[in-house]
Amino acid sequence: MHIIINDIEKNVPENATVRELFSLTDINPEQVVVEQNGTIISPEHYDKVQLRNGDVIELIQFVGGG
Amino acid sequence: MNIEQIQIFLNERTLSVHQGSRLGELQQQYCPDSDLLIVNGYPCTEDRILADQDHIVMIHRGVAPNPEELEALIMSRHTPGVHAKVKKARVGIAGAGGLGSTIAIALARTGVGYIRIVDFDLVEPSNLNRQQYFIDQIGMPKVEALRDNLQRINPLVELDIHYGRVSADNLKELFGDIDILVEAFDRADQKAMLANGFLRQCPGKYLIAASGMAGFEPSNTIKTQKISEFFYLCGDQSTAAGPGCGLMAPRVGIAAHHQANAVLRLILGEDPAA
Repeated sequence: MHIIINDIEKNVPENATVRELFSLTDINPEQVVVEQNGTIISPEHYDKVQLRNGDVIELIQFVGGG
Repeated sequence: MNIEQIQIFLNERTLSVHQGSRLGELQQQYCPDSDLLIVNGYPCTEDRILADQDHIVMIHRGVAPNPEELEALIMSRHTPGVHAKVKKARVGIAGAGGLGSTIAIALARTGVGYIRIVDFDLVEPSNLNRQQYFIDQIGMPKVEALRDNLQRINPLVELDIHYGRVSADNLKELFGDIDILVEAFDRADQKAMLANGFLRQCPGKYLIAASGMAGFEPSNTIKTQKISEFFYLCGDQSTAAGPGCGLMAPRVGIAAHHQANAVLRLILGEDPAA
């Protein structure tokens, strides 16, 4: 199925979870904010929230420094 | 016989005086204790006749003006209308390091009425390359050192400092009643924790976060981006602090001032990412 991640269309397996998306995109789940269609996904729900065809996902990945 | 009046500015306030009035007379009448007179930007040691539109500042060295006068003096260079709005704003700052200490100083100078600052750290010598502390403050809790510094800059800001850690469990208690929260942490996981927690637990409140300001990459790669209605992110979003890429005052300061200006623009009803 197709989803949009940070404005780029990607092909991901059917019913992939947010957690699975992290391994596909090589993202550290401790350093990210995930928005699914404009709603922030709580980190406790990364394992159970599934992606749907056509989802618009924003992955905001923080880097250290301040 | 009519004596013509001229308009001058005395300590940033307009004043009508008779044409031909002298500086010395003005000093005797309004500020007899002053020992430094600045006329149109230059120190003045001799009496002189005042001219229309002269800007006169009379200073009693070592003595702070009363609070009302001080407020007028500090805010005299602001764009008109800004002060009344910023004075009502309540801003939180999570972290008092390179970002937080710099943001706090910018907001205090701007006259933000209420600032709450939370940090668990002590001032260390390695902080002095970018953080707004002094050598004689090494070892102090940063929030206490910063409070002292802010009070020396603008004592009219109401400060509320908390020495401790922000966590997902206490952030609503710490920041639930402020208008705008500024994320000013160092570690990426702490930044993400705050953003995830605050945006979900405190809906309708603004978060201004920062990511990517290490090294000496170009200044112009640091931007303010709108992520969603209540979430703005400042930085280049890529240069992480780490071995071989340190944090230094210029770029950390640029990101901090992006955040401070985002706060100011939100208070004034403008889009920070426009």
